[in-house]
Amino acid sequence: MNSRFALEPLGEDAFLLRFGSSIDAATNARVHAVANVLQQHRPSWLIEIVPAFATLAVQVDLNQLAHEVNWRERIQTWLLAHADAEDVGMAPAPATMHTIPVRYGGEFGPDLDGVARHAGLSPDEVIKRHCAARYQVGMLGFAAGFPYLIGLHESLITPRHATPRTEVMAGSVGIGGEQTGIYPRKGPGGWQIIGRTDAILFDVQRQPPALLAPGDVVVFRAIDERGRPLA
Amino acid sequence: MSIEVLEPGLLTTVQDCGRHGYRHLGVGQSGVLDSFSAAVANILVGNSPGSPLLEMTLRGPVVRFSVPARIAICGAGIDVHCGDLVLPLWRRIDLAAGSTLHFGACRSGARAYLAVNGGFEVDPILGSTSTDLRAGFPGLAGRQLQAGDRVRLAHGIQPDCSEPRIARCWANPSPELDFKQTALVHLLPGSDQLADADALHSTPWTIGSASNRQGLRLSGASLQLRNPREAISEPVMPGTVQLPADGNPILLLADAQTHGGYARIGHAIRADWPRLAQLRPGERMYFVPCSTGQASRLWRRQQQGLARLAIAVSRADQA
Repeated sequence: MNSRFALEPLGEDAFLLRFGSSIDAATNARVHAVANVLQQHRPSWLIEIVPAFATLAVQVDLNQLAHEVNWRERIQTWLLAHADAEDVGMAPAPATMHTIPVRYGGEFGPDLDGVARHAGLSPDEVIKRHCAARYQVGMLGFAAGFPYLIGLHESLITPRHATPRTEVMAGSVGIGGEQTGIYPRKGPGGWQIIGRTDAILFDVQRQPPALLAPGDVVVFRAIDERGRPLA
Repeated sequence: MSIEVLEPGLLTTVQDCGRHGYRHLGVGQSGVLDSFSAAVANILVGNSPGSPLLEMTLRGPVVRFSVPARIAICGAGIDVHCGDLVLPLWRRIDLAAGSTLHFGACRSGARAYLAVNGGFEVDPILGSTSTDLRAGFPGLAGRQLQAGDRVRLAHGIQPDCSEPRIARCWANPSPELDFKQTALVHLLPGSDQLADADALHSTPWTIGSASNRQGLRLSGASLQLRNPREAISEPVMPGTVQLPADGNPILLLADAQTHGGYARIGHAIRADWPRLAQLRPGERMYFVPCSTGQASRLWRRQQQGLARLAIAVSRADQA
């Protein structure tokens, strides 16, 4: 096949490009670079380009292709050529940088103290370390606009709640294992909630509807209750 | 121009052929589960096959039409009355203004579709009118229908009749849907192999009561992977068969989440999704292995059948 990735079937109308099997920023950056190249050369039969941490799915339109005898071979050749092209390395995905203001702790982050205890740090030190990192949007999933952010400081890795909360407020910033993320919408969730943002993560009236795109860069900035930056 | 929902039924939603091109943002497909029955209903009333219609689940609603309408009901074998008259399925029916349709239980199958000429008028979100129950858009505020809702009808044919006028011609759903036969679902291989390669195909699978539009929860044998791996979230699609640690497979349907962390042990082919949509909790089904070539042939056959029906309906209208 290929040394840098493998092509796996994902049903009759989708394919999975595998670049690895772990969550790391370098593999994930390659996923987004290839997604970007496919997007730039996007033919009409390509319905979905779905990045994940170390894999990338594409879904094709059977209505346009199924009448061709050897369409699968043609599509696979096209995918391999573009995913392996020299210009993948030359054209990293355009990583937009976002600064997300967060009110940490208290009613906004009921699990901040628990995360601090688990880490053996003060709550202020947890906030400092959470704000110090640059995170990569590994993928959007779970819910519309929910970002899985890669780059959490090792000391802040905290297991999910054994029993998920039935209600997590929209904008809640959480830690789930080695990842951090933001809940776009009120709903059930098992992550450790350390703060909340007023940023609207997903709005169907907006184009694009999601605030963050796969591959974007996110930093968090601590603010007080009235929205002023904390020192 | 609208239909008024007098009783909502168990789970009645507005759906079309689904929302495409937003999985990278975590937005799933939604759309009708039984695309075959929905397309037939739309074709019979003269709509394009992917027009928005009502999907009912196991027990249907009671709805009243404010205007005369041309309708068709397809899919599950559902009881439906208009006054004292029992209405047939798989046929075009013209209704007078003020007609009330009483849907009852599905006697066979699980999902029935009500199409109206002209279609339902729901503002599309991200290119589709399909209700996404998980994301909460759009349909009617992204939820199932409730008593008192009015669903707007687009301007359509308003037949002149004082009581239901039932067309003589009917569409035959066989062989795509035959509720007398145990469902055989064609399965393509997934990324993860089972310790016993035949385990999926050698036993019947029972549909669990926790099944919904997101997926069918199956029980039969407890399956084990040949090479269990620490899985991270990877893309999944409608049709994907996942295997959680408890060994009971989950077959994802149209409301499938965009990513999942479980092993993928197979993919149900699209031509069989209509039959899957009609499986009821407690019913049994079998998996049969399939090649991609066979999947394409079965898909084309289904699409060609719908195309022939559309031609026949349009010719009958011109005659």
